[in-house]
Amino acid sequence: MSEIFSPTLPPTAHAEPVASEGTGTRIVLIGIAITFLALFLVLPLIAVFTQAFSKGIEAFLAAFREPDAWSAIRLTLTVAAIAVPFNVVFGLTASWAIAKFEFPGKSLLITLIDLPFSVSPVVSGLIYVLLFGSQGLFGSWLLDHGIQVLFALPGIVLATVFVTFPFVARELIPLMQEQGSAEEEAALTLGASGLHAFRTVTLPNIRWGLLYSVLLCNARAMGEFGAVSVVSGHIRGLTNTIPLHVEILYNEYNFVAAFAVATLLAVLALLTLILKSILEWRFAGELAAGRAH
Amino acid sequence: MLHDLSLDVRAGELLGLLGPSGSGKTTLLRIIAGLDAPDRGRILFGNDDATGLAVQERAVGFVFQHYALFKHMSVADNIAYGLNARRRADRPAKAEIKRRVGDLLDLIRLSGFGDRYPSQLSGGQRQRVALARALAVEPRVLLLDEPFGALDAQVRKDLRRWLREIHDRTGQTTIFVTHDQDEALELSDRVAVLDRGRLEQVGTPDEVQEHPASAIVMKFLGDHVEVEALAEGGRVLVRGRETPVAAPAGIIGPVKLYVRPWQLQLAEPEAAHLSGTVRSSYRTQGRQRIEVVDTEGRVLAVEDFDGVRHPAGHPVGLRINGGHVFG
Repeated sequence: MSEIFSPTLPPTAHAEPVASEGTGTRIVLIGIAITFLALFLVLPLIAVFTQAFSKGIEAFLAAFREPDAWSAIRLTLTVAAIAVPFNVVFGLTASWAIAKFEFPGKSLLITLIDLPFSVSPVVSGLIYVLLFGSQGLFGSWLLDHGIQVLFALPGIVLATVFVTFPFVARELIPLMQEQGSAEEEAALTLGASGLHAFRTVTLPNIRWGLLYSVLLCNARAMGEFGAVSVVSGHIRGLTNTIPLHVEILYNEYNFVAAFAVATLLAVLALLTLILKSILEWRFAGELAAGRAH
Repeated sequence: MLHDLSLDVRAGELLGLLGPSGSGKTTLLRIIAGLDAPDRGRILFGNDDATGLAVQERAVGFVFQHYALFKHMSVADNIAYGLNARRRADRPAKAEIKRRVGDLLDLIRLSGFGDRYPSQLSGGQRQRVALARALAVEPRVLLLDEPFGALDAQVRKDLRRWLREIHDRTGQTTIFVTHDQDEALELSDRVAVLDRGRLEQVGTPDEVQEHPASAIVMKFLGDHVEVEALAEGGRVLVRGRETPVAAPAGIIGPVKLYVRPWQLQLAEPEAAHLSGTVRSSYRTQGRQRIEVVDTEGRVLAVEDFDGVRHPAGHPVGLRINGGHVFG
C-alpha cells in the first residue's frame, strides 16, 4: 500500500503518446512517403515539362499552332462542360434521395453508383460500342434515324459521364447522411416548399463538399483516356480529346509536341491539387463546425 | 406504433405529452405536424380537416430537441426564415419582417443577437432562437419535441420557467413532448400520459397524480410501492388490517395496492400494515427519506418529517395511509 504513495517514485519526465513509434521509425516512414511521392508524382511532372521545352520555346509553341491541337482542346472543354453538370445534377438527386429517404432498392442503387470505379475504363467504353455500335443493340434504330453516337461527340460524352458519375454522389451521400434531415424538416414546418428548402438549407450546407467533388469530377472528365479511346474512333480534328491527341503525337514520334500538349493536363492536375487543398482546409473547418451542433 | 389514439387539445392550453421512450409521443407530434403520416385517422385544427394537408400548409411551429437551426444563417435570418419563405404575395414588407424579428428577439431576451451565428450561441440560447423562429410564422399550434432534452439541468429549469411565461403571455396553443415527469407536471395545463402507443390518461397535473387512471400512469408518475392486498367489504386490507383505501366497485379478492412514499408512515407494530428494518436514511430538502427493507425483502422508501433519526438496522412498522387499486 505504501509503495503507491511513495515519494521516491520519479515523475514522468515528459508526456509520451501511448502509441509512440520512436523518432527513428518516424523518420523512416516519412522518408518512404516522400520518396514515393517524389518518384511517382513529382518526377513525372518535372519530366513532362522538361521534355516539352527540350527543343526550346518555339518548338513548344509550334505544338499549339496545329489546328488539330485546338480541336482537341475545344472537344475536351465541351465534353467536360456537358458531363460535369450532368453528374452534379445526378449526384445531388441520388445523394438527396439516399440520405433522406428509405426506399426499396436503395442498397442496389448505392452499389450501382460505385460500379464505374470497379470496371476497367476500356470495358466502360466497350459497353457503349455494344449498345450503340452498328452491330449493337440500338445500332439499326440509330442508323434509321440518322443519329450518330459512336465516333462522335455523343459517344464521347456518354463514356465520360459513365466513368465520372460516382464522384459527386460518393462525396455527397455521407455528407448529407451525417447532416441529417432536421434542418430541412424545420424549413418545411416553417412553410418553405421542398425546392425552397433545398435551395436555402440543403445546398448551403453541402457547398464545400459539392465544390470539392466537382473539382475531382472535372479533372477526371478532362483526363479520361481508356473509355473515350474506345468510343472515339480517333478521327483527327473531330473526335480527339487532349489525352487522345497526346497519344497520337507520341505514336508519330513527335515527342516534343506530345509533351507540350501534355503540359496542359499537368497544369490541370496541379491546379486541381491546389484548389483541392484550399477546399480541404476550408471544408474541414466547416465540417468540424457542423459536427459541433 | 400508435394504437387508436384520440386526443383533444384545447385552444390556448399548454399540453404535455408524457411517456417513456418508445411510447409514441414523438410520433404523435410529428403526425400532427405532418412530418409523418398516419395509416388511419384524422387531424383536425378546430373545424378544419388538416389530414390531407402538407407540412407547409398546416401552419404549425415545430421546435426540435437538437434545435435544427440553419447553420449558415444569422440568428435574425433564422427567425425570419418562415416569413421570407412565403410567396411574394403573402410576404410582409422587409421593414415589417425586421420589426417582427426585433420583437421576437426581445421576447426571447436575446436583443442585439441578430447578427450572431448559431455556432456562437450556447445550447439554451439556440433553443430560444428555435422557439422564436417557430413563433415568427404565428402558427396555429406550437409543437415542441423534448425541447430541453439536450440542455443541462440548470438551463433546463430556467427555460422551463421561461416557456411557461411566454405561453402565459402569448396564449399560444402548445403541445410539448417530454419523458421527464417533473417537467410535464410543472409546465402543463394538462398532461397526456402515453405508454406503448396508447393514451393512458389526460388530465390536469393534479388529476393524473391523485387519480391515476391505471397502474401505468401510477408507475410513471413517481415512486410507488406495490403491496399485495385483499379487497373485502368495500375496503382494502393489508395483512388483515384495514387501510383507508376504498376498493373500486365490484372488486373482491386479491388485488395490488399501489402506494406513494408519502402515503407510508412509520408506526407502532400494532398499527402497522407492513414491517421491516431501516436500511438507510438521509435528509433532503427538509425531510427525511428512509429506506426500509420489509419482510419480503423489498426496499420501500418512506418520507418522514418527525426529525427523529432512525438508525440502520432498527426494526420499524409502516402504516399505509392511502393508495390506489386499479380494476
